[in-house]
Amino acid sequence: MKVSKTYEEINEKISKGDAVVVTAEEVITLVEEKGLEQTAREVDVVTTGTFGPMCSSGVFLNVGHSTPRMRMSKVYLNGVNAYAGIAAVDVYLGATEIPEADPANQHYPGEFNYGGAHVIEDLVAGKEVRMEAYSYGTDCYPRKKLETLIKLEDMNEAFMFNPRNAYQNYNVGVNLSDRPIYTYMGILKPNLGNANYSTSGQLSPLLNDPLYKATGIGTRIFLGGGTGYVSWYGTQHNPCANRTDKEVPRAPSATLSLTGDLKGMDPKWVRGVSYLGYGVSLMIGVGVPIPILNEEMLRSAAIKDEEIYTQIIDYSEGFPFGKGGSLGEVDYAQLKSGKIIIQDKEVPTAPLSSYPKAKEIAKILKSWIQKGEFLLTEPVASIPSVDSGKKMKPLKIRCIEEKEEFDG
Amino acid sequence: MMAKHKIVLLFPAAVVEQPFLYHLVKDYNLFVNIIRANINPRKEGRLVMELAGEQEDYDAGINFLESRGVTVMPFEQQVKWNEDRCTQCGACTVICPTDALKMIRPEMIVEFDESKCIVCEHCFKACPARAIVAHY
Ligand code: SF4
Ligand code: SF4
Repeated sequence: MKVSKTYEEINEKISKGDAVVVTAEEVITLVEEKGLEQTAREVDVVTTGTFGPMCSSGVFLNVGHSTPRMRMSKVYLNGVNAYAGIAAVDVYLGATEIPEADPANQHYPGEFNYGGAHVIEDLVAGKEVRMEAYSYGTDCYPRKKLETLIKLEDMNEAFMFNPRNAYQNYNVGVNLSDRPIYTYMGILKPNLGNANYSTSGQLSPLLNDPLYKATGIGTRIFLGGGTGYVSWYGTQHNPCANRTDKEVPRAPSATLSLTGDLKGMDPKWVRGVSYLGYGVSLMIGVGVPIPILNEEMLRSAAIKDEEIYTQIIDYSEGFPFGKGGSLGEVDYAQLKSGKIIIQDKEVPTAPLSSYPKAKEIAKILKSWIQKGEFLLTEPVASIPSVDSGKKMKPLKIRCIEEKEEFDG
Repeated sequence: MMAKHKIVLLFPAAVVEQPFLYHLVKDYNLFVNIIRANINPRKEGRLVMELAGEQEDYDAGINFLESRGVTVMPFEQQVKWNEDRCTQCGACTVICPTDALKMIRPEMIVEFDESKCIVCEHCFKACPARAIVAHY
């Protein structure tokens, strides 16, 4: 490799307002026109983006102490239960939590109009949220009940902590059965009525950094309209998935655990959504900057939709019951064309993750870097990659030997 | 003078089984073109249709419906797409039967063409952001 830059050099240029920053879409034409080496010399940072449903998300909140004090053991925000099994007035509100009174799928398919993700969106939008808290009371925390209104700005700390975001590639969901099914991949119409997918393809963060050279623990990112960080690799991180010769996974692979200050976020990029018959999820905007330290990193960042493949999975039987494998492989250019062929049938496609919004995120991050407001961080540790041998394990259900007990 | 309009009829549960369309055709000389019907015994019903005839007959027909407790509404602005709420996810575009909600490619931008909408309501709950709402 002829080009070799460091984080320090790039950050110096960013601070001076001299850095050359392009989006993961713009870089494709640049490399086509100028070639890899020339572009790697000129471009300092490539920005990526994604805006899609990410169920494994939530927020830690410290709501502050009342007088008399209270060790909150059950907390509801707008009727949605927030986990209070931590310190006195700390709670964790998960995106997919629904109110206890929600009929869920008892009236199938359930509507799931409001849940944890909507509370998070309301908080970010600055709205008042109704809080109810209950406790058993202790000598140091005597209060047993309270009800109040609270806003994000009233809280001491509020930060997002998402155990699994930014999936590196994801399945295409279809339905082979003869009835509609309601899934986290949206409504899937019977007999291959539609095919839903959910990544931003050539703009997606980890598809542009397939071996996690730029993305590691401590990487500063765009999260929900504010600044966030990669805190760990995500749950179900599966770097050893099958890959193309460009090292890009052909199936769901790496994931990231992300964190960021909720108070700096924008409700435009933190949106509660309701999947009919499935539940509540949070759409979050994520953007990761990739420093172009050498040609290799640029080659990865210049990936095109037609070079990224994924698997078509049946969600009527294949996914829920672990039956059968992939129904075929498609690339993102085919998916984006609006139609793919499955079992000789032309099937319309829908993305669920928004490409124009992903592009907007990549552009916002680009402008932050161009203005010198956002410096890059070198990861303090890498996340497990292809050489880690790390694979996703299924849960084995074992027989629990019953204790023989006689009571007299 | 001829009158021809797309209208939406709302039937209270009590009258839903009465033969309104028969009367419109037979007694008022009107042409009826049903676009969409959602009628169930003893439940509130909804009918989207095109009604045409002489202005005089048309007005009399509408009066007849209203006198029987049927609410008659213009078809336009039945469905509102809230662009600010829309996350451009595209989920509705494979659900909408008429391409009223459509993805413009290759930009991947979702647009709503009200004139193509037949108020089938499929998109209301299929939209995860609840960006499409009824106005009736
Ligand atoms: S109501 Fe039906 S026709 Fe109208 S936009 Fe929604 S899905 Fe399309
Ligand atoms: S389903 Fe709703 S949010 Fe998604 S594109 Fe359609 S209108 Fe917009």
